[in-house]
Amino acid sequence: MLRFALLRLRSLLLALFVASLVIFAMIELVPGDPASFMLGINAREDTINALREELGLNLPVWQRYTSWVGGMLTGDFGTSYTYRTPVTEILIERLWVSLPLAIYALTLTILIAFPAGIYAASKRGSLTDLTVMGATQLGVAVPNFWFAMLAVLVFAISLRWFPSGGFPGWDAGLYPALRALTLPAIALALPQASILTRIMRSSLLDTLSEDYIRTARAKGLTRGQALRRHALRNALVPVLTIIGLQFSFLLAGAIIIENVFFLPGLGRLVFQAISQRDLIVVESVVMLLVFAVILVNFLVELTYGFVDPQLRRGR
Amino acid sequence: MRNLIIGLSLTAVFVAAALISFLWTPFDVTKFDIPNKLQAPGGAHIFGTDQFGRDIFSMIMVGARTSIAVAVVAVGIGMALGVPLGLAAAARRNTWADELIMRGNDLVFAFPSLVIAIMMTAVFGASALNAIIAIGIFNIPVFARLTRSAALSLWQRDYVMSARVAGKGPVLISVEHILPNITNLLIVQGTIQFSLGILAEAALSYIGLGAQPPLPSWGRMLAESQTLISLAPHLALFPGFAIVLTVLGLNLAGDGLRDLLDPKLREVRT
Repeated sequence: MLRFALLRLRSLLLALFVASLVIFAMIELVPGDPASFMLGINAREDTINALREELGLNLPVWQRYTSWVGGMLTGDFGTSYTYRTPVTEILIERLWVSLPLAIYALTLTILIAFPAGIYAASKRGSLTDLTVMGATQLGVAVPNFWFAMLAVLVFAISLRWFPSGGFPGWDAGLYPALRALTLPAIALALPQASILTRIMRSSLLDTLSEDYIRTARAKGLTRGQALRRHALRNALVPVLTIIGLQFSFLLAGAIIIENVFFLPGLGRLVFQAISQRDLIVVESVVMLLVFAVILVNFLVELTYGFVDPQLRRGR
Repeated sequence: MRNLIIGLSLTAVFVAAALISFLWTPFDVTKFDIPNKLQAPGGAHIFGTDQFGRDIFSMIMVGARTSIAVAVVAVGIGMALGVPLGLAAAARRNTWADELIMRGNDLVFAFPSLVIAIMMTAVFGASALNAIIAIGIFNIPVFARLTRSAALSLWQRDYVMSARVAGKGPVLISVEHILPNITNLLIVQGTIQFSLGILAEAALSYIGLGAQPPLPSWGRMLAESQTLISLAPHLALFPGFAIVLTVLGLNLAGDGLRDLLDPKLREVRT
């Protein structure tokens, strides 16, 4: 197990290293140089030079790279050019919206997908199964931002159950904050729940055809009892992997939904930073998101190796 | 079979709409007709008009062109690069080349695709072409992985053995014996990636980083309808339906094709 963990850790570090190189290179590829890109075409030469100095663009490339990475390792993500505040501060502030939103959406995903998937699998081929499967087809076909727009029209503008956008902050109390996050969380959860329902169902159907289920049935257990006592636990392994992937996806994938609802999260921060050409923020947030995704994948693989000893050997 | 027929019919409708739009649309989508702005569906404009009096139906026809073109080329990039990489990894299995290709794949998978696509279009400029490249890059590992895993099992087959004994090299075997046997699989995956490409293009255009005006696009039509949604909901409804029906059609066609081409394949899909 330790060998497995160390091997995974090695590829985690390697992935992070390459990812940082890619992101750094992409910023380097900006037309002109970052300073003139950030200031636009009408900037004066001395302003550009001042910013160049501030960003350390006069230093050699490798030195800039090491100071960027070194800064991030010590929690210093640089200073935002537009906000004039340390990027770390902004990141923490935004994380307080994005993280709860991702957790909220993932909770909804699980609450929808588990019952729906289990029920569809236990009643395979029935009308309910067909309805659930049809609904999941629709769920993956609907663009979540379109669903969000329609939800705002119905539940915020017409019925006034939820605010149509914005975030009051956690200081305003738990209820108003959660209320503001509800429609975005539903919009994010819908396609994910559809995917997870299908995985849950097919994974259960897989285990239900195993020999040990037949043995359990032969012992006199009903199909439902066999499902609950034996099949469910074994079916959960692939489901958990997908949940892990979905969590990192929700964290990074909320970029458009955060824009629809004007939520001050990481996604909206990246988007705004891009339109304001604040490359320091872009670089840091993208690296943070990539780090989160790679870390979650690593944890999922570790858990997987823990649950299933066969996986510890080989790839 | 039923899935396949419904799926292919839906897809055919939108492909036909895109093709016909080159020759004819009910109204000119580049001309403003302010006196007839924001008309409700019905009458001469069956889907109504937008805030500039443009015919929504015609715009959806032309928008189909953008969506389909972007998605098709993006899938093409994924296949053109991913399949050879997958074949090479399988032919050189368990060597450093295989390891390098597969680790590279893992890396691309680890990147939050939308964030990177947004970053790319921001750095290199927002355009349909950059959207295609951004979506296409993330298709490469999908096809590489699929090709490798399918090819690996084929390399164990007797007919590949005999080809090797006959003196054929790995390139020739990959092209002549492996590739034809994984085509079905690639077509099915291609359909799925096609539908994902349509969704990705819509999302990028929605936030203004995909197709630029005057090129009509479903995603941008939705973005433009947002401020008018309570006044004229039809502006948001029709482009949305177009996306949903196209994606649904492609997914159903993909499922149907998989059942038709290889009944042994599982009905699992992520």
